[in-house]
Amino acid sequence: MSALIDLTLAEARDGLAAGEFTSVELTEAHIAASEAVRDLNCYILETPEVAREMAQVADIRRGCGDVGLLNGMPIAIKDLFCTMGVQATAGSHILEGFIPPYESTVTRQLWDAGAVMLGKTNLDEFAMGSSNMTSYFGPVMNPWQRAGDPAAKLVPGGSSGGSAAIVAARGALASTGTDTGGSIRQPGSFCGIVGMKPTYGRCSRWGIIAFASSLDQAGPLTRTVRDAAIMLGAMAGHDPKDSTSVNVPVPDYEVAIGGNLKGLKVGVPKEYRFDGLSAEIEALWEKGIGWLKDAGAAIVDISLPHTKYALPAYYIVAPAEASSNLARYDGVRYGLRVDGDTPQEMYENTRGEGFGAEVKRRVLIGTYVLSAGYYDAYYLQAQKVRTRIAQDFHEAWKKVDAILTPTTPNAAFAQGEKMSDPIAMYMNDVLTVPASMSGLPAISVPAGLSADALPLGLHVIGRPFDEKTVFKIGHVIEEAANFTKTPQLIAGDR
Amino acid sequence: MSLDKNTVRKIATLARIRVETDALEPLASELNKILGWVEQLNEVDTRGVPPMTSVVETEPFKRADQVDDGNRVEQVLANAPEETNHFFVVPKVIE
Amino acid sequence: MSDILKGRTGDWEMVIGLEVHAQVIVQAKLFSGAATAFGADPNEQVSFIDAAMPGMLPVLNEACVEQAVRTGLALNAEIKLESIFARKNYFYPDMPQGYQISQYEEPIVGEGEIVIDLPDEETRTIGIERLHLEQDAGKSLHDRYPGKTYIDLNRSGVTLMEIVSKPDMRSAEQAAAYVTKLRAILRYIGSCDGNMQEGSLRVDANLSVRRPEGSLGTRCEIKNLNSIRFMRQAIDYEAARQIEILEEGGEIEQETRLFDSGRGETRSMRSKEDAHDYRYFPDPDLLPLRLEQSYVDELRVSLPELPEAKKQRFMESFGLSAYDASVLVAERETAEYFETVAEGRDPKLAANWVISELFGNLNKAEISVAESPVTALALGGLIDLIADGTISGRIAKDVFSDMFETGKSAVDIVEHKGLKQVSDTEALEAAVAEVMDSNPGRVADYRGGNQKLISWFMGQIMKASGGKANPQMVNQLLREKLDTGD
Repeated sequence: MSALIDLTLAEARDGLAAGEFTSVELTEAHIAASEAVRDLNCYILETPEVAREMAQVADIRRGCGDVGLLNGMPIAIKDLFCTMGVQATAGSHILEGFIPPYESTVTRQLWDAGAVMLGKTNLDEFAMGSSNMTSYFGPVMNPWQRAGDPAAKLVPGGSSGGSAAIVAARGALASTGTDTGGSIRQPGSFCGIVGMKPTYGRCSRWGIIAFASSLDQAGPLTRTVRDAAIMLGAMAGHDPKDSTSVNVPVPDYEVAIGGNLKGLKVGVPKEYRFDGLSAEIEALWEKGIGWLKDAGAAIVDISLPHTKYALPAYYIVAPAEASSNLARYDGVRYGLRVDGDTPQEMYENTRGEGFGAEVKRRVLIGTYVLSAGYYDAYYLQAQKVRTRIAQDFHEAWKKVDAILTPTTPNAAFAQGEKMSDPIAMYMNDVLTVPASMSGLPAISVPAGLSADALPLGLHVIGRPFDEKTVFKIGHVIEEAANFTKTPQLIAGDR
Repeated sequence: MSLDKNTVRKIATLARIRVETDALEPLASELNKILGWVEQLNEVDTRGVPPMTSVVETEPFKRADQVDDGNRVEQVLANAPEETNHFFVVPKVIE
Repeated sequence: MSDILKGRTGDWEMVIGLEVHAQVIVQAKLFSGAATAFGADPNEQVSFIDAAMPGMLPVLNEACVEQAVRTGLALNAEIKLESIFARKNYFYPDMPQGYQISQYEEPIVGEGEIVIDLPDEETRTIGIERLHLEQDAGKSLHDRYPGKTYIDLNRSGVTLMEIVSKPDMRSAEQAAAYVTKLRAILRYIGSCDGNMQEGSLRVDANLSVRRPEGSLGTRCEIKNLNSIRFMRQAIDYEAARQIEILEEGGEIEQETRLFDSGRGETRSMRSKEDAHDYRYFPDPDLLPLRLEQSYVDELRVSLPELPEAKKQRFMESFGLSAYDASVLVAERETAEYFETVAEGRDPKLAANWVISELFGNLNKAEISVAESPVTALALGGLIDLIADGTISGRIAKDVFSDMFETGKSAVDIVEHKGLKQVSDTEALEAAVAEVMDSNPGRVADYRGGNQKLISWFMGQIMKASGGKANPQMVNQLLREKLDTGD
């Protein structure tokens, strides 16, 4: 089993093509691995039977010469994607038992490409969180442990905590996540794997349970940059059912990987070097700058003056959109219903019981900042600040082709930490949020270890629809970092 | 901008979320913390700056006027907590 | 014309603005591909988008944009080349998203105006404030089961144009004329069928009263008026109600009211919560709508001739009165019918026949022009027979009734029944001589000064000829013979 679950997606692709093993074998190995790490609570729903069936079909298709980009690959799907006939909960009590009668566009493309579904992964409720602690279905445990403190259960980050943890623990070859303010990249960094958020509009949002419409994007979580490029190739594409989906052809992202960075200019924004950024992360950042220089890139100091306002602006815009997007969860047509004497009472009871504390907080904030008398001061101002943030990047692209920053201001923390102060939790996303607010593609690549031997990631931001450059630079970091350490709570005999 | 528990109650009603009376005060304090923190946005000079209306620059796709959906009443009702004769059922609305 | 209302303490004036919701004629819904036809089984015409299922997204129907622009052009209004869809957030069981996709600060159509027709050939210009696109809600049925409300989402997501007038109306009559004209325009261009009973046209009235030349009073909104008659009653009742309160020294409370057609009264819609805070914001699932000027120009050119222009043309080219012209242009079908009849014929005669005979018969049979058993060509044929003297106008009326009943042509009926007018001079002279000879007494009376007797003579000759004598000729001959004394 170990051999199969230690393969990268690219290696599995080669192995399947060479007939070294079948998808059924590969899938069986990952089903067992997922079972072995069940204590991590990565899944809300494991679907081994579905996986076995899909694996059989994949092998048959391969036999007929119908080999899609991901034929035979067992992957895990964040439980924010609607999967036809298979429960989708958004990590919430209010959708417990909801069986979508439709398939999201992104997962439809993955199945068409031959991928196999291992299960639906755990997440912060409605994608609101940076620790996977807000899920109705319990927290996820990071397979990494602090050096000298194995008792402490660490968070995998969020909101795509389950997706990140299961890939890191070798339970799945890859997984899908969604990123609104950092929800793919931050857990990628905390779990020592690659997490990639494409340009806004690159992947379809149709069938993905909406959190913040102008920010949500689907993306891959994988063990290598090459794997992420392969996954994105299958996930991306224009969808006429999503009005915000962009009609730009999907290139072969894999070909971008390899080669040096001669001729490329990489920006280092001074505002990301903020008060409170730990010395070890700064040091890693410097190392990263060195690696890119060695690969031939020119390093340019740049300024993104409105950086520090991105997070507060995000915490107005995202809750505002969420407060409206979550209005449909009312107990009338699907999901939890808690009765009342009138419909309005039924709504209050259903939502009062069905939503967790963080979701309630954000819906209330969102309702407030849109309400009469406050719209201009909060929502409108935040959207204007957002324009300023986008303008900052626009200016930067005149000087550089990509930007390098750390992914998170710290390594994974323990479950229960940072829970008393919402803002302390929000600060997890301070480095990832600006790219979200501007709709830019960005990747987190594991680059080093913290003092307690926990993974730290470096973060590359690119121009709109220039995922290729992002992958190219990410790969250079990956090669230079040579991050081979694996988490303690990993599946398989070691 | 400080919220008191009455304002929180009003917002909770607008959002149709039941909040128990003893939870109003702590919630107000949490929300105030967050609102106090986002106040810093007022430091930014946004005169003459348009609000961001679309993150992507693209021609919006428009559908042609044809009927290619609907006729799936079973699927639409499949997850309904209560339905009768293909109607969704809720407690009676009192006007 | 006085729109002044006399109260106990002085004069009052109504200030009325109307919001009309018009269901747009298109096959599919505004943001989904489900059908919009009336009368389907519950929840049959519902897509996952209309049911607001998790992860669903709206996509704009291009035909709805076209209809809105065409309507704006027909209202002489400014077309906004950039407009924004906004979410109007509120909770109601037939509003599955928990918000309605509408337009708020930036609608697709801005200010315009229409001319309304009032009695005595008066007209008045009423301003249009704006027109915007929005989703309709589903239907709630409260009477199917005790303690329950049943929800049908077929109508959820159907396209509405909300047309907001300026508060330029001063009487129930003007409001009625506005709705009539607006409805005619929408039917002319085919953007809405204007069927108030079926709910494809709904009216909300905003009404306040003030002293003439005074400042605006507090207004009340009367919702969901589904006939012009009820609207007039509601307006008159509401104005009286408000005046009564003010004359007693009270204040008008701004509120939403419903019209109780049974009692002929408006009553307050009591709702537990405060006035809605809709928290409008631009819908992040939709991009700003941008239109090219060339697109608008093409649509303008392809609009049919509108009622006002057609009315003016009928008056100028055909010499019709303003009243007759307005009647004929009220529906596009009747105007087209009339023009076919009038082609190459006396237009005033044609107008007369269409308005009195055709409309009279259609109304009695309760059918529309489109269902008329007498086609425009057939009516034209009848008029030709009058014009060339084959039959008299009097006989023509009977022929028309026959045509209406049987669908046969005028020529056939005249032939079959032998109704040809007798215009043979010799025969008529003989008839005149006959009646004069038989009635010397009356001849003497006539010549003695009782000129009115000529109608008696006419009547006799018409009776004797079975109505077929050419009345003009008979009249002329009678006068000749009677007046000359021989």
